[in-house]
Amino acid sequence: MSTATATDTAPALRAKDYKSEIKPVWCPGCGHFAVLSTVTKALAYLQLRREEVAMISGIGCSSRLPAYVDSYGFHGVHGRALAVASGLKAARPDLTVLVAGGDGDGFSIGGNHFLHACRRNMDMTYIAMDNEVYGMTKGQASPTTAPEWDRCKLTPHGTGVPRFRPAGIALAAGASFIARGFSGDPGGLTRLLVEAIQHRGFSFVHVLSPCLTFRPEHKEWKQRVHPCRLATTNNAAEAARLIQEDDGKATGLLYIEDQPVWQPENEDHADLSEIEAEFRV
Amino acid sequence: MSTTLFDSSNPARAIAITGSGGSGAVTTGQIMLAAVARAGFYGLMTRSAGPQIRGGESAAMLRYAAQPVACMGDVFDILVGLDWKNIDRFIDEIPLSPDSFILTDPDTGPAPDSLHPAGAKILEIPFKKYTEPVEGGRINMAAIGATGAIAGLPLDALEAAVGDVLGRKGEAVVASSLACVRAAWTDTQAMLCVTPPTGTAPERWNISGNEASGLGAMRGGVRLVAAYPITPASEILEWLAPRLNKVGGVLLQAEDELASVNMIIGASFGGVPSLTATSGPGLSLMAEGLGLAVASETPVVVANVMRGGPSTGIPTRSEQSDLNLALYGFHGDAPHLVLAALDIRDCAFTTQWAVRLAEHLQTVAIVLTDQSLGQSRGVVDPPDSYNGDHRRIRAETPGDAYQRYAITADGVSPMAIPGTPDGMYTGDGLEHTPAGIPSSLHHDHTQQSEKRLRKLQYFDYGEHWAVQSGNGPVCLLTWGSASGAVFEAAERLTAAGSPTRVVALRLLAPLRVEALREALADAETLLVVEQNQGGQCFYYLKSHDVLPAHTRFFGRPGPLALRPGEIITALDEVK
Repeated sequence: MSTATATDTAPALRAKDYKSEIKPVWCPGCGHFAVLSTVTKALAYLQLRREEVAMISGIGCSSRLPAYVDSYGFHGVHGRALAVASGLKAARPDLTVLVAGGDGDGFSIGGNHFLHACRRNMDMTYIAMDNEVYGMTKGQASPTTAPEWDRCKLTPHGTGVPRFRPAGIALAAGASFIARGFSGDPGGLTRLLVEAIQHRGFSFVHVLSPCLTFRPEHKEWKQRVHPCRLATTNNAAEAARLIQEDDGKATGLLYIEDQPVWQPENEDHADLSEIEAEFRV
Repeated sequence: MSTTLFDSSNPARAIAITGSGGSGAVTTGQIMLAAVARAGFYGLMTRSAGPQIRGGESAAMLRYAAQPVACMGDVFDILVGLDWKNIDRFIDEIPLSPDSFILTDPDTGPAPDSLHPAGAKILEIPFKKYTEPVEGGRINMAAIGATGAIAGLPLDALEAAVGDVLGRKGEAVVASSLACVRAAWTDTQAMLCVTPPTGTAPERWNISGNEASGLGAMRGGVRLVAAYPITPASEILEWLAPRLNKVGGVLLQAEDELASVNMIIGASFGGVPSLTATSGPGLSLMAEGLGLAVASETPVVVANVMRGGPSTGIPTRSEQSDLNLALYGFHGDAPHLVLAALDIRDCAFTTQWAVRLAEHLQTVAIVLTDQSLGQSRGVVDPPDSYNGDHRRIRAETPGDAYQRYAITADGVSPMAIPGTPDGMYTGDGLEHTPAGIPSSLHHDHTQQSEKRLRKLQYFDYGEHWAVQSGNGPVCLLTWGSASGAVFEAAERLTAAGSPTRVVALRLLAPLRVEALREALADAETLLVVEQNQGGQCFYYLKSHDVLPAHTRFFGRPGPLALRPGEIITALDEVK
């Protein structure tokens, strides 16, 4: 955590102080309401100054989140949130950078940036809200949708393609903090977000956040989600086994390891005229 | 060989050096350019290489004079063959005349028949004889000595240039090179009995176009660069990477161009002036991100070094064919800036100006250069610096009523930078209200679109929108790297009694329509010159209804550079 907390002279900020006045576009019952709430609770727990937090997103239902948080925010184009966030963090290491997005934004159109953000391991927190569907375009299969899901006109016989496994891929790509949370467990998710923000490096929080509009069967997630049976590990091989054997519904901190963080050091002393001298004949 | 080969009162020469992979043609060119600088002249060196990564055939083309050199001329005075393998690949690029000389070592075999139609004279120089006594002696160093003597370059300039270019390779390399240069120069000079002239030019720089673009970026205040390597733009990045660090900046190597453009948007949102460098394929990939920068009013600059297209095209060679993409590549109504550097030293000025304009106007600036500027090296007057004080207007104390996209008289809304209390907003590519709240209302779209256009249209760009010369009834209108050949063509015509005007556009969008009309007033003959097939600038200007009906277009695709002589011929045909 690189950002200063609010000073003693200012009254403590409460979760609602981190909420903006804009009304979310989300449908009733959407898991993202709870994610928004846990984000504000985590920020309040950490007492981060609102102006020193930047919330970055791409496109999709979950990517609307920055406008609903009273911090600096940037709502970019589809799939590029991690790139925007990486540029921001490189330029402004003093800021707390959070990234929000969905399964389509992060794992399909933005998949390459996900890989490279994991391996670059810049100090930021990526909250990927996974509802296994493209909600904003009205219900198409996403990379995390089961191959047999056929309730969509675009893939009437199902995608026939195995699911993308975000946690395993994050591990293979070099993320230093991998957790899974559930919007139906706001207390647990808040704790994970606090840890993720405090972790120095790229923190990946995979959040199961149901879409009841296009995936009403997600109501069952409440019964299927369970805490991870094994203790958190800093051993990548153990974590790989844990994640590989997991049913995709185990929540908790799956992997955490101190790894080198990419943040350039600047010398900051030369005058431009010294550099120009090299050209003189 | 006992007479003077060239008019020694005029030191201007054009020299081409060719050779197969590993023969050192490009190093030879670099050393001769450095010698030109040491001798007090101005110069220009372009290079041509095959597609091989290492070891392909290559050619270095050098032209120098007592005055600044704008372009390659119509013919070369001297062609040096380090060997004659693959010479046919370069014949198109090295026009010779009966007044030209071909330098060849009889030991490497005769100059090929393909060179004979030009009628150039053959001079046999025993390069190998000068290298044999020297341990580690190289043919190209002997060629430097002999060519320097024939061209009229003083030995001390050549010796100093060897140190300038090869110094980092160690004393042994420098010593053996100097031995070859001296032996060849002394022997050749003794036969010619010419006293080399010495130039008196004031302070000059030895700089490439890509280095100048990097310098312009730093002078403009750029402190974050994110980019993906691409030919022929990578030298901008390689030059910047260590130097940005020295002034507190950062260079981030991105995973692709989609990332690089979005990274600089993120950095600029954070308040740091940011730039990426790329070429056509990369610019194509960046189009969506640049539209985001326009809509969210986040200043960013793209240095686009054009190469032959479409698709992968000719990565190592030049063309001015990305103008349409730069002008029209974004979806939606997306007003932005498009600029073009006119020569090597102007890469610095135009890039610096572009950074300042983008920052002040909170928009995208695309700076077009090309391979023929970027990868060429010149001995030039020190590049001009932009003196305007345009910078980003920040909201320092935003307060409760702060609106990020407030409607203002000039269309520029003060920008709150993260870290500023009470300025919190969400930058957005969605259409938005003045407060930045997403909106699909007709009123908001109209108001915000109008503001984004107005801030560019009514800004006072001053005199830098074009470089103009002359005021004759014959007018050449051009942009970017074609300007060099155009200015030289106009000079020759004017000197020959046909006053010729040049308007070289530096600011292509927004087009300064009224100023351009005034610049073209009363032109009886008007020719638009550019290096692409379709007349991209010509039709762009026509769409603005700024060209008189009798205007004609002269251009062709790359990669062969436009030459002054063919521009004069084209002008004769339309007169």
